[in-house]
Amino acid sequence: MPQQYDIVIVGGGPAGLAAGLYAARGRRRTVLLERGVIGGQIALTASIENYPGIENISGFDLAQAMLRQAESYGLEVHYVEAKALERREPLWVVRTDDQEYLARAVIIATGAEYNRLGVPGEEELTGRGVSYCATCDAAFFPDQEVAVVGGGDAAIDEGLFTTRYAAKVYVIHRRDKLRASRILQERAFANPKMSFIWNTVVTEIVGQESVEGVRLRNVVTGQESFLPVKAVFIFIGHRPATGWLQGLLPMDNGGHIVVNAWMETALPGVFAAGDVRQHAARQVATSVGDGVTAAIAAERYISEHFPD
Amino acid sequence: MAKPLDVSDAQFEAEVLKSPLPVLVDFWAPWCGPCRMVAPIVEELAEEYHGRVKFVKVNTDENLDTAMRYGIRSIPTLLLFKDGQLVGSVIGFRPKSELKKLIEKALH
Repeated sequence: MPQQYDIVIVGGGPAGLAAGLYAARGRRRTVLLERGVIGGQIALTASIENYPGIENISGFDLAQAMLRQAESYGLEVHYVEAKALERREPLWVVRTDDQEYLARAVIIATGAEYNRLGVPGEEELTGRGVSYCATCDAAFFPDQEVAVVGGGDAAIDEGLFTTRYAAKVYVIHRRDKLRASRILQERAFANPKMSFIWNTVVTEIVGQESVEGVRLRNVVTGQESFLPVKAVFIFIGHRPATGWLQGLLPMDNGGHIVVNAWMETALPGVFAAGDVRQHAARQVATSVGDGVTAAIAAERYISEHFPD
Repeated sequence: MAKPLDVSDAQFEAEVLKSPLPVLVDFWAPWCGPCRMVAPIVEELAEEYHGRVKFVKVNTDENLDTAMRYGIRSIPTLLLFKDGQLVGSVIGFRPKSELKKLIEKALH
């Protein structure tokens, strides 16, 4: 028996939670589908200090607060994975492995997944020294030497967190300067435990039971080297989680969903918000804004197309 | 109510290794988001397997020795022990169905 809703939101990060709050307060019967952890990427973020009005909070706690707030107005949350979206005039169907959700409007807020290096040893040693979450795993390398791969905000922020435990943190970056925000760069350069290896890529992660080191190649000189480390924390960007929508609606070359200023996709009644959409600024604050915009647009769509 | 039992480094041998029942050990820490998502699932499993499997939690902030002894490099990690032997593990946040598979394997 398919369950019927006004609005189905796919994804429980900041965009989905903000959309859920507005949809529920609009007294629309709304369900949010989350396949993993509420908060999405921010569930793994140790501290967020650029969400206006909140000076410092862990990403997990911020997401839990958003969840409680939305649920207090009646948002339902189901921990299932959306596998397909299809039209059943005049509704949409969001399918999971064993259920169907009927919706008048759908808000896609599936966010982005972290990129993997794609080098030998990475998959085999994941959870054995290879990590995509320094906040989760840094404590298991007390007084050890570890590596962080990447040069953006996530890499530097997580690298700084890792210095609480590690003896030395090598930041391995393929360019000769960081992409991270200036304030994080200043902190990183001032931190005596942090050391930078520029113009360098990881070609292999080496280890039997656990990580023993990384093979490196300097992209300018071509010189190869080996760096003994006990852990490799990888933060090399994200790609939108839109595989399940392939061919269904227009996306850019990177797989981001094309939307207009009201977060409307090319499909009637289908909206996209947050990191999953084209030209997202990929911040908690902008994702929240996207979610709110999408919920307001969805409300307007439902009022126009389903006058009660 | 069958709530998972908090176990320290000092209690690990008595509560886990010498347990007559299979034991699922949830290694976690308060600041770890995914760990806090695993917790309610482990609590549900503790209810479902009450009397057949024992469920314990090890806070790795306070009990790093046990975590290091079993080579934990990432949390959440769930380890399953039977007759004092490590018989299975799951690293990272995984759906309930996968955790059930791990437990069922040890029961048969």
